[in-house]
Amino acid sequence: MNIDVRSITRSFGAFRALNDVSLNIREGELVALLGPSGSGKTTLLRIIAGLETIDAGCEGSIAFDGHDVTDRPAGKRGVGFVFQHYALFRHMTVFENVAFPLRVRKKKHRPVEAEIQRRVQELLDLVQLGGLAKRFPAQLSGGQRQRIALARALAVEPRVLLLDEPFGALDAQVRQELRSWLRRLHDEIHVTSVLVTHDQEEALEVADRIVVMNKGRIEQVGSPEEVFHHPATEFVMEFLGQVNVFHGRIGDGVARLGEMTIDYPSYPHAEERAATFYMRPHELDILRTANGPGQLAAQVVRMNPAGSSAKVTLQTREGTPIIVELPLDRYRELSLQRNEYVFVQSRAARVFLPDASSEALPDYAI
Amino acid sequence: MLAFRKYSVLPGFRITFGFTVTYLSLMVLIPLSALFVKASGLTWTQFLETVTNARVMASYRLTFATALLAACVNAVFGFIVAWTLVRYRFPGKRLIDAVVDLPFAMPTAVSGIALTAIYSKNGWMGQYLEPLGIKVAFAPLGIIIAMAFVGLPFIVRTLEPAIQDLDKEAEEAAAILGANRLQTFLRIIIPSLMPALLTGFAQSFARAIGEYGSVVFISGNMPMRTEISSLLIVSKLDQHDTAGATAIACVLLVASFVVLGTVNAVQWYISHRSRGGN
Amino acid sequence: MNRIVESTVQAGVQVRRVPVSTTEPFWIRMLLITITVVFLGFVLFMPLAAVFTEALRKGWGTYLRSLNDPMAWAAIRLTLLTAAVAVPVNLVFGLIASWAIAKFEFRGKSLLITLIDLPFAISPVVSGLIFVLLFGAQGWLGPWLKANDIQIIFHVSGIVLVTVFVTFPFVARELIPLMEEQGTEEEQAAVSLGARGWQTFFRVTLPNVKWALLYGVILCNARAMGEFGAVSVVSSQIRGRTNTIPLHVEMLYNEYNFVAAFAVASLLALLALVTLALKTIVEMRMQRQAAESLSVES
Repeated sequence: MNIDVRSITRSFGAFRALNDVSLNIREGELVALLGPSGSGKTTLLRIIAGLETIDAGCEGSIAFDGHDVTDRPAGKRGVGFVFQHYALFRHMTVFENVAFPLRVRKKKHRPVEAEIQRRVQELLDLVQLGGLAKRFPAQLSGGQRQRIALARALAVEPRVLLLDEPFGALDAQVRQELRSWLRRLHDEIHVTSVLVTHDQEEALEVADRIVVMNKGRIEQVGSPEEVFHHPATEFVMEFLGQVNVFHGRIGDGVARLGEMTIDYPSYPHAEERAATFYMRPHELDILRTANGPGQLAAQVVRMNPAGSSAKVTLQTREGTPIIVELPLDRYRELSLQRNEYVFVQSRAARVFLPDASSEALPDYAI
Repeated sequence: MLAFRKYSVLPGFRITFGFTVTYLSLMVLIPLSALFVKASGLTWTQFLETVTNARVMASYRLTFATALLAACVNAVFGFIVAWTLVRYRFPGKRLIDAVVDLPFAMPTAVSGIALTAIYSKNGWMGQYLEPLGIKVAFAPLGIIIAMAFVGLPFIVRTLEPAIQDLDKEAEEAAAILGANRLQTFLRIIIPSLMPALLTGFAQSFARAIGEYGSVVFISGNMPMRTEISSLLIVSKLDQHDTAGATAIACVLLVASFVVLGTVNAVQWYISHRSRGGN
Repeated sequence: MNRIVESTVQAGVQVRRVPVSTTEPFWIRMLLITITVVFLGFVLFMPLAAVFTEALRKGWGTYLRSLNDPMAWAAIRLTLLTAAVAVPVNLVFGLIASWAIAKFEFRGKSLLITLIDLPFAISPVVSGLIFVLLFGAQGWLGPWLKANDIQIIFHVSGIVLVTVFVTFPFVARELIPLMEEQGTEEEQAAVSLGARGWQTFFRVTLPNVKWALLYGVILCNARAMGEFGAVSVVSSQIRGRTNTIPLHVEMLYNEYNFVAAFAVASLLALLALVTLALKTIVEMRMQRQAAESLSVES
């Protein structure tokens, strides 16, 4: 189902949780709302679900497949909702939890008991917990509870599945497992899904498209690749992945970062102005000897080769820290020493001008 | 005794524990055992004769029936009061919240004579109720009202924190799964509040069984008709029949312990089940 | 729009859109609030109002004359005496018991807590009775007491004793859960910093529980001054000697001296109101303290 969010504003007292937000979610895709806490992502999800309303004076609307549902109560929107803390009914068995939406239907829509049994079992099998029907929620692990919550949400046969930080309360390993399981499940049932998360890794791994939110506004909408490699704003750049930030100046087709100068033909204007440079750790390389003006001298402070790549922390003469991520074979080849002076070379960088912060200059590469 | 207590660096366990147990024994346990020792001094026939005497049986019936009804009234209205006080905002809420404890703070004798004044023939309520044929003072209805009065705070005060702790997400989940508010209330909220409701009900019931001061004035104390068991104990004592008083008291005491014990057991079962035992 | 309901029923508050999913329709909320107000009005406010109305039925002059009676004064003195003994005794016990129970782990703890709560589960009349069985003429210690010319039942000491019994759990039951919740970290820190037992208790534990302690004392005092059933069993109700205020009220009432009975009762009703007011203040303090300690932690 297609979801059309148009000009939604929601305030809590003086706090604007959502500020004129519009968004279109396409049939069958899995979209992640990503942002720090307080960015409005959960509020947006709850408004789509009908658990939260828009401001009284707000003219915006929510439409499902072109039908306005702004004033339709949550129970009548045909959405499945998975809560961060599962919200399973503690006094009911797993079976009764999943059967709940079927049992509360109006008499003429209510399936007969045998049908309920069949449907619940089917859903439990779908989430691979068919054997736990008689257990109580408290007897399950966190991951199992969240899968039951998902089965229960699916029992309404939702046209949209909304997930509010569904893995937030789980520990790292279970989270990883459930994440890929959710992706497989989505590929299987293809229901339009919206996932709220503050975990960029989760969003990048699971979603078809990512909506990056900040301070009640949408910063960027795009595929994981787009938002990661072509961030539209400084916020997205800083929020997604680690990044080195430098403040320098730019003008006449040249960017200056202290002693380092870089050709920057996409800014040919004569007047020089301040700019912020963003470089991802993996876009940097370390050289023993300088082979041009593009390099920055820095001192090795710490090395951490534990992991799939090596992280090296350096410090410029001005005291600015730089983090560089090197492939392990490159790291071994260099055999760096602590406190050694080396040169940092940038393979790519992004430049943002402070007064036009929402607009990035094109990336450049050396 | 090896594992009697866990090691702690804090001082004073021996002396404070020793004092607590000694004082508790002297002040509560020994006096209480006097009751059972005295009762066991009676022969079975004596005991049975006393507690199955027609007037005594009538008092039990009256006491338990009125106490049960009062607890039921409190369960319903106490629930509404607690729900309103926790979930809604309205003018005067703080005052009402404070006054809920009035029955705890007001001496029972005062409540007793006040209720009697209100519900007797010329009282504020009695003057309207009596012409309708509803007799409250000096009738079982009056006993129920007095018992409901003293038991109300038990229900409200045990329900309030439970309502506060209700999982709001569970209510939202129910709504989004298609339940209407009534279904959410009956299937989700009430079952979640059941343990607290049971506790409050039992406390209110147990308190009503033993209640004396607030009931004795309004009941009229007519043998076989409006005489509660507590009053019967007092009149036995006035007649210097300590044995008879003891026998009746034993039955009352055991009854309240059974009520409170049953509720504890039920609660243990509920929480044990939903907390993961098998 | 049926989804939109007013967020509060207070007049003049701005209308806000609120989803109905977790609250009741407006009319149900109004109905429940009305039931609450009317029910509590009838059940709680009316008796309170009745006490003062009946007491002033024949005017202030009669009211004051009823109170200015030597018998009434004697009853007031005895009630004050009883509370003056029962409250401190149970306060000390409550502090000692809660230290032992809340700050240490030992077997049989919950049994001990249940036993401390026991007097609450016992009918007032039965509470009086057990002391008659102990100290009465036909009681266990009756003959010995008589031989030594000591009187307890039908005597002031009996009244005090039985009052201590019925108010036994008040302070302890307020302190134990709070002290358990607070744990022993702060005390362990104090001890590791060289504080001795007493210092730890007075400088660390007591300040943390002072409001709960006060709360328990307020409730304990109200019950001590107002106890009727238990006291009535052990008292001979000899005018001016073993009459507490509640017993004096009963006696006047049974003599059909209603105005005087309600006049004296109004003192107890005032006590109840003061108790409620103090209780509310202390509750607010406790909430504030809890909120503060929460905000400091986070």
